[in-house]
Amino acid sequence: MRYLLYLLPLVIFCGAGVAFWWALDSGRDPSRLPSALIDRPAPEFALPPIAGIDTPGLSSGDLATGEVTLVNVFASWCVPCRAEHPILVRLNQEEGIRLVGINYQDKPEDAVRFLDDLTNPYSRIGADPEGRTSLDWGLTGVPETFVIDGTGRIRYRHVGPIHPSEVESMILPAVEEARK
Amino acid sequence: MMRELFAVRNAGRDIAGTLREIFGRTVGGLAAAVVALLLVSPVSALMPDEILNDPALEARARALSKDLRCVVCQNESIDSSNAEIARQMRLVVRERLVAGDGDGQVLSYLQARYGDYVLMKPPIKPETYLLWYGPAVVLVLGAIGAGVYLLRRPKAAEVAEPLTAAERARLNRLLNKDDA
Repeated sequence: MRYLLYLLPLVIFCGAGVAFWWALDSGRDPSRLPSALIDRPAPEFALPPIAGIDTPGLSSGDLATGEVTLVNVFASWCVPCRAEHPILVRLNQEEGIRLVGINYQDKPEDAVRFLDDLTNPYSRIGADPEGRTSLDWGLTGVPETFVIDGTGRIRYRHVGPIHPSEVESMILPAVEEARK
Repeated sequence: MMRELFAVRNAGRDIAGTLREIFGRTVGGLAAAVVALLLVSPVSALMPDEILNDPALEARARALSKDLRCVVCQNESIDSSNAEIARQMRLVVRERLVAGDGDGQVLSYLQARYGDYVLMKPPIKPETYLLWYGPAVVLVLGAIGAGVYLLRRPKAAEVAEPLTAAERARLNRLLNKDDA
């Protein structure tokens, strides 16, 4: 009994060691915030189109269409958005996933130039120059991408640019899951 | 030549006089400014264009901003964060207050979008019991441990018997032998 008491510090130390080891080794990223919106309906919003472009605007009604939709929040001034763009084009054209955009805190002429330079894969784009609607989405930065199922519910949220390796490991599985 | 020298000297005197005048007059002003700065709360990222006209609402907005965490900087309140998203959140806080929301409603409005993470004070619920009550539990356990230790400590050792006459004589003999 007494010996158990003497062993207690060692046990506590080993427990702490295991906890620290796990924190360092598990690849867990404490700065990744869980989304408060998962499995909830997308927020109510109605955004006008970007001035000087043919693509129509975006509102919540456009998300509950019976098919899975990717909502990508982007801005012309955001460098990771530029890097991510080819991936979005691929998801839309090769995987056939419906893709719409929210243009965050951007000047219309800059957004138009961005889309002219890189091609426009979005079937609809809502302009959010104030960033007010994006806040309803719980946006923490650009880019962010949401997977919306056919009933208009948010099923997955991807913070930051979609890396090529994340298409197979995260985006496509999330889209599959949302199609069920 | 002479006249130019005079001009220079006079100019010098003029500058010195002007400086004396400025500083003499503003020492009080400077002191007042320093005192005012010392009285102000920690630095805020609030911009003049965000401030509401109604001082009562503005005071509530400032208090609420200190209870909301910036979702970019992770350890700053939106009151002190310079991130663009934090500015948006400050504006939303004011928008909700102007719309007539109570303080609690404003906090839940943002909590619904960003999760518990945005609250500087985590809410008390089963997942956070350890966080809230853990320290108290540790304190109580420590107090119990200390109490048990103090109560079970053996009483002070008995006072030794005084020396007998024979022992005292022998001791003296030994001590004297050392002296010699």
